[in-house]
Amino acid sequence: MVELSIFQGVSWNVVSDVQQLFSYPFMVNALEAGTIVAVMAGVTGWFMVLRRQTFAGHTLSVIAFPGAAAASLAGLPLAVGYFGFCGLGALALAGIAGSRRSLSGESAAIGSLQALALALGFLFVSLYQGILNGLDSLLFGTFLGITSDQVTVLLVVAAVTLVLVCVAGRPLFFASVDADVARAAGVPVQLLGFGFLLVLGLSVAETSQITGALLVFSLLVTPAATAHQLTARPGLGIALSVAIALAVTWLGLALAYFSIYPVGFYVTSLAFGIYVLVRLGRGILDRPRATARLAGATS
Amino acid sequence: MTAKAAAVRFEDAAVRLGGRTIWSDVSLTVAKGEFVAVLGPNGAGKSTLIKAVLGLLPLAAGSVSVLGRPAGQASGAIGYLPQRRNFDAGTRIRGLDIVHLGLDGARWGVPIPGLPSRARETERVREVIELVGAAGYAEEPIGQLSGGEQQRLLIAQALVRRPQLLLLDEPLDSLDLPNQAAVAALVRRICRQEQVAVMLVAHDINPILGYLDRVVYLAGGKAVEGRPEEVISSGTLSRLYGAPIEVLRASDGRLVVVGQPEAPFVHGDRHAHG
Repeated sequence: MVELSIFQGVSWNVVSDVQQLFSYPFMVNALEAGTIVAVMAGVTGWFMVLRRQTFAGHTLSVIAFPGAAAASLAGLPLAVGYFGFCGLGALALAGIAGSRRSLSGESAAIGSLQALALALGFLFVSLYQGILNGLDSLLFGTFLGITSDQVTVLLVVAAVTLVLVCVAGRPLFFASVDADVARAAGVPVQLLGFGFLLVLGLSVAETSQITGALLVFSLLVTPAATAHQLTARPGLGIALSVAIALAVTWLGLALAYFSIYPVGFYVTSLAFGIYVLVRLGRGILDRPRATARLAGATS
Repeated sequence: MTAKAAAVRFEDAAVRLGGRTIWSDVSLTVAKGEFVAVLGPNGAGKSTLIKAVLGLLPLAAGSVSVLGRPAGQASGAIGYLPQRRNFDAGTRIRGLDIVHLGLDGARWGVPIPGLPSRARETERVREVIELVGAAGYAEEPIGQLSGGEQQRLLIAQALVRRPQLLLLDEPLDSLDLPNQAAVAALVRRICRQEQVAVMLVAHDINPILGYLDRVVYLAGGKAVEGRPEEVISSGTLSRLYGAPIEVLRASDGRLVVVGQPEAPFVHGDRHAHG
């Protein structure tokens, strides 16, 4: 067997390697946290991609960084910073969207907010002065040191948000694909828009705690975008989005455990790899069909 | 015509938006099961009229009743197709699901497969897709369909709850001529078959002329209604548009409008009888 220096302690025997993964409490916590986060990110990400709100989602993830830095500075649990700042960020984004300016004006305002968030994060890190050795993990994620209390908080927040998404599911879907018709049918489109931003903020806050603030998209966007490419059925799409998010999280955590590279890198690269393969496959599948349609239309 | 038989009745109605009177002294009636086109130049307030029927805009004067109730209280019995551009090519949602939303989209919760009510709904969705002739492509992502195909699915969505009144805002916009005529023929067939009153906003009269029962013409802040041959006459149209318009009668009895400011082409021979 070729010894790969980047993989350490791996026996290349699947059963014993998996047993080894589950033999440490910190690893069990990481797998539990990763599972909760993947399910939540898979569901909310699917709606975010459908609503074309990935820029808002990215801004929320950048806002998560000063949140975590401020919590470190104040000596509070990181989760307080993540949930607090992402919640406030979602309210700010809802305010921007609610002010009904043009779409370009809206994205400019969101972009400005994003720059401010990064600057604040840098300020808090500088103010901390002492050893903020967690900067890397704030930005790019870690699976070390997740406590079972943290897992409980993640689980409660995820459960509450998923219940909300289930209750609002169909009208939210309607408002996302066809806001004008939904409004005429009596769907509270604006309220759902605000509510969804809040749910998105909570999802980003959860995901940041595994992938780090800058790699949130690996779980929130890439699996969902892949699922949208794979199927046009809403129910199946959400299931696939969750399945892909779970697969890359579990595999990423396992690879990170046995290797010297960080978990964020693996989760992101795996998700990206699947996305590229699916895009290529979709391109090949759609070409003959599009040609057939065109031929049918002209005949 | 009794009040009971009217699908829509405006009485001396006026709408003001941002301090500007869009139209005033509008009195008109759309009877049940009637196909009425709302015509007029850009900015005449055609979409505003539809929104007033939906109860989305308050009247500055007069009244409007819809299916015997005040506007806004009959939304369950109205199918509405707003003015729109096409779905983005990246919208990877099946046409079938878009139609289904017309049935249950406003209901809280998530669809649960396997329920008997769900099966009944799916059956109704299939039926209405069949009715508009969209069965061949209802399973495709809607963003990848042509404008005409998308429009048929959206009409199916508006029809799926068996409305008594169908409001279609520029459904022919952005369609090529054969598709405009085909969709107009479809609307006419549905109007007769399902006994639905239809108000269809259009800005080119020619493709739909052969299918209409009556027209409402909006221009210069006023409205005129009547049978197509009464309203679409040289005198009435010239007055409404404030420009010389000539209306010719083709040998087969159809009306051809020449010199309409926005659509200066004649294509009366393309359309079959409805």
